[in-house]
Amino acid sequence: MKTLNTMNKTSKNNFITYGIVLAIFIFCAVYIETDMATFLFKGLMVPICVNVILAVSLNLTVGILGELSLGHAGFMCVGAFAGSFFSMMTQETLTSVWIRFPLAFIIGGLSAAFIGLLVGIPVLRLRGDYLAIVTLAFCEIIKNIMNNLYIAKDINGLHFAIGVGAYNEIEFDAASKQVLINGAMGITGTPNDSNYFWGFALIFITLIVILNLVNSRTGRAIMSIRDNRIAAESVGINITKHKLIAFVISAFFAGVAGVLYSHNLSSVIATKFDYNYSILVLVFVVLGGIGSMRGSVIAAIILTALPEFLRDIGNLSDYRMLIYAILLIAMMLINNNDYLHQMTQGVLGKFRLGKKSKKNEQEGVS
Amino acid sequence: MTFLSYLISGISLGSVYALIALGYTMVYGIAKMLNFAHGDVIMIGGFVVFTAVSSMNTSAPIAIVCGIIACVVLGVAIEKIAYKPLRNATPLAVLITAIGVSYFLQNLALIIFGSAAKNFPDILKLEDLQLAEGLTVTGEAVVTILITIVIMIVLTLFINYTKIGTAMQAVSEDRGAAQLMGVNVNTTISITFAIGSALAAVASVLLCASYPLLSPYTGAMPGIKAFTAAVFGGIGSIPGAMIGGILLGVIENLSKAYISTELSDAIVFGVLIIVLIVKPTGILGKKMNEKV
Repeated sequence: MKTLNTMNKTSKNNFITYGIVLAIFIFCAVYIETDMATFLFKGLMVPICVNVILAVSLNLTVGILGELSLGHAGFMCVGAFAGSFFSMMTQETLTSVWIRFPLAFIIGGLSAAFIGLLVGIPVLRLRGDYLAIVTLAFCEIIKNIMNNLYIAKDINGLHFAIGVGAYNEIEFDAASKQVLINGAMGITGTPNDSNYFWGFALIFITLIVILNLVNSRTGRAIMSIRDNRIAAESVGINITKHKLIAFVISAFFAGVAGVLYSHNLSSVIATKFDYNYSILVLVFVVLGGIGSMRGSVIAAIILTALPEFLRDIGNLSDYRMLIYAILLIAMMLINNNDYLHQMTQGVLGKFRLGKKSKKNEQEGVS
Repeated sequence: MTFLSYLISGISLGSVYALIALGYTMVYGIAKMLNFAHGDVIMIGGFVVFTAVSSMNTSAPIAIVCGIIACVVLGVAIEKIAYKPLRNATPLAVLITAIGVSYFLQNLALIIFGSAAKNFPDILKLEDLQLAEGLTVTGEAVVTILITIVIMIVLTLFINYTKIGTAMQAVSEDRGAAQLMGVNVNTTISITFAIGSALAAVASVLLCASYPLLSPYTGAMPGIKAFTAAVFGGIGSIPGAMIGGILLGVIENLSKAYISTELSDAIVFGVLIIVLIVKPTGILGKKMNEKV
């Protein structure tokens, strides 16, 4: 207890976040290992972990860097396909899941980070609305290419093709032909390595990396860019470099989440990673509190689990997206209106973990 | 000759993009915000016309007028309810709200009309036109191009020679100074939204006449592409939106015809990224200097 008191406020806050995740992990582990969990509960574990990682990593771009990225699903898509591709290629040689799966994460994450760097270098010169629309455009490009990408292998090696026409022209050695990525049909036969253990381990890694980044010198530089770009530039902070750091790390973890996602399903198609998925992650971030990692974790868990458990009650799932949309607008209106803000503070104040950073952000920019 | 027919259908598609892009660019110029919901206003307009024609059996002109009125009301209502309280908020907050509105409209349409695509009735009833030997263009393409030209001329005259148009220019130049000169900023912004939404309704009819499938997601892709067109031409600039829209339509159609049908979207968005890297303010955009 003594050490907890001597710690400064940020580390205390971080440890509370880790504690919450650890508590949830222990609860889930006990619940699942003692065979009390229902099929639905077990099936929800990995999607929850995927969404938590996505929300925390997007919060780095939206909350800490202060730029809206609508291409998060695109990075996830890159990670999912790269990771799955790697796993399928090495399935026979690397039989140990303890080696293969972490490697798949690293490869998926690095591919997403590389694409993030590629997009980030030109794009981060743009600001605000432009950046949002370009990340969205980029997400569409990725989806479009992945939807038309064919990779197959035979005895002569790998064959790549973009578009059905080009694919049909390739002459295969029929006996040894194996299709790895089949255009719009996506990638099938990825080993089902994902489970809640890997999921929570990755959540921890994500949180440790991002929370430490935020509280480091680099993190403070990134936040200073968000609060006042010109002032930050004038004290010698390299804007492009710091923006890129945040953007690439965010993309890396989106890729990792994609690997976790793709190894949970028997087949992955590119159209799943569309604009709507990016918006869903944005909803987690906004409702959890922009800039608050703990808020993102909690919002992602609740908003992923709740609709599944409420599925039996009426046709609520039809209205789920509508409710999300209304909540998104209402949150923005309340946060930017002094009167409504004070009125709701009494009721919601206890739950709004990201309030403080949100307020800082507003003061900083306006 | 086939090239020419691709070019004409490209210009026709581009005209629709240009009409939608005008809505984006005018709102961006005056309210300094990206109205993400603009694409979904098009979709709602399409559904209103569809319902009027197929369920209520009204004649085409009345249905189109209904569509325009519905879109204008919707556009102004969105502005009053969602955007006006955020006039002094951060760009991020406004953008997220706009995304929320877009999401809301899509899901509302999904609940009311269902996710299945509907066949838009052929309300213009036009015959194909043979311009030369081996060169046939659809009547819809010709009508689209003609209507767009008329609208653009009227709009240019409106902006430059009427009092409201001058007020719009003043607000986009400097909102505070315009207010001091006695321009009613709120009314001007509302009128801008009304004009943009009316153009969206016209665009929805033209779009559905050429591509007669209507679903809650119909507006999203043309919306994003039209925004691309607005950025391409220089956002905030009205002639820019026209040029950008038509260029984008031509690029899309030609790449569909000669490069790859499947990758046309990737090519269009690739063009956007390249334009923004080379000339971040677009073809006709003005460079804005930031003040400390």
